[in-house]
Amino acid sequence: MASEGQTSTGYIQHHLQNLAYGKLPAGYERLDANGNVVEVLQQDTWTIAHTSQEAVDMGFWAVHLDTLGWSVFLALILGFIFNKAVGTANAGVPKGVQSFVEMIVEFVNATVTDIFHHKNRLIAPMALTIFTWVFMMNLMDLIPVDWLPFAAAQIAGDPHFFFKVVPTTDPNATMGMALTVFALMIFFSIQQKGFMGFVKELTLHPFHSGKWFVDIFLIPVNLILETVSLIAKPISLGLRLFGNLYAGEMIFILIALMFSAGLVMGIGGFFLQMGWAIFHILVITLQAFVFMVLTTVYMAMAHDVEEH
Amino acid sequence: MNINLTLIGQSITFIAFIWFCMKFVWPALISIMEEREKKIADGLEAADRADKDLELAKKKAGETLTDAKKQAAEIIEQANKRANQIVDEAKDQARAEGDRLKAAAQAEIEQEANRAKEELRGKVAALALAGAEKVLGNAIDANAHNDLVDKLAAEL
Repeated sequence: MASEGQTSTGYIQHHLQNLAYGKLPAGYERLDANGNVVEVLQQDTWTIAHTSQEAVDMGFWAVHLDTLGWSVFLALILGFIFNKAVGTANAGVPKGVQSFVEMIVEFVNATVTDIFHHKNRLIAPMALTIFTWVFMMNLMDLIPVDWLPFAAAQIAGDPHFFFKVVPTTDPNATMGMALTVFALMIFFSIQQKGFMGFVKELTLHPFHSGKWFVDIFLIPVNLILETVSLIAKPISLGLRLFGNLYAGEMIFILIALMFSAGLVMGIGGFFLQMGWAIFHILVITLQAFVFMVLTTVYMAMAHDVEEH
Repeated sequence: MNINLTLIGQSITFIAFIWFCMKFVWPALISIMEEREKKIADGLEAADRADKDLELAKKKAGETLTDAKKQAAEIIEQANKRANQIVDEAKDQARAEGDRLKAAAQAEIEQEANRAKEELRGKVAALALAGAEKVLGNAIDANAHNDLVDKLAAEL
């Protein structure tokens, strides 16, 4: 809920700002919420951004503590669960955690073997990682938008403490994963087809005549087309997940605004919140699944040697 | 929404998590699941085999039962036959014994009758002699008329 004296815009902006930790240059003027200069930095300082502008001014050399913290924390939870499943695993009757984890593994395995027909020990575990981890990060979206930021602000003792709990609503997180997938794609492409094979794939497709004097003119066209389609893969992969979750988060924030707008709006907000949350269960699962499937498809494409 | 170092941090976390799954989670779980699959397949096969064995045993038991029944029936039949034979033999023996007894009795009766006839004949001859003596008034010389008397006795 918007606190006293905070505008709706401020509330929304506050909710969409990550907790950035980075370096502010010497001579930087730190402003408070009302635009007054609070202090002027004497030297380069590593600090937590107090305003969105500060986070922007930190540039590339800053980290989002909340995004990284939550994603690592969720990864640790998953790692713990997996570890427990492996620890108790035996070929007898599976039960409890083991049964649940095996169900997921079975599902991921079936999906991957359906799409990916080559031999690679990395792909299936990667698909499992993506599916479970992205699902967990998306799941944070279902926690009411104010709970964790409010708790964090209380603990930090600063009412303007930024805290964004859904890592997948941070493009850094989704693009970080998408770029890793992209790097693996290029790595496997070159590993499977050789560097020349990879270059040929970029230059001799889709137009190819077989006569060198025609090909010379076709190669630039091919290169542009193929490069665009190659670059589009990680971008669409990362932005799809980000966009879906960001939009979902945005709706939750807007619904949360209704709670501070009187009883009738509050009751309306209750039902909207519930409906959107129920719908979102589908979205978060689906997006995790889509990310996994697309990654597997891209890996399969990287392994497929096309006929010329 | 700024692109910054978080990108690389997330990538590193991602790679670390993939490595963890690839190293510790996936192979362990998959191998165990395959082992279980095999165990279940073996179990099903064993059950199948047991079923077949049971079928076979049932068939064998049925055959043995039929055989036993057949044998029993044969034995009973033989016993019946033998019993009939014994009865028949006994009947025959009895009949033969009866016949023999009858024949003996008849022979005895005949003998008795013949003896009685002889006696009667002798007595008739003596009676006839006595009657003739009385008719003739004197004694007939038994020696003289012996032929006559004998002839008379034979005619009786």
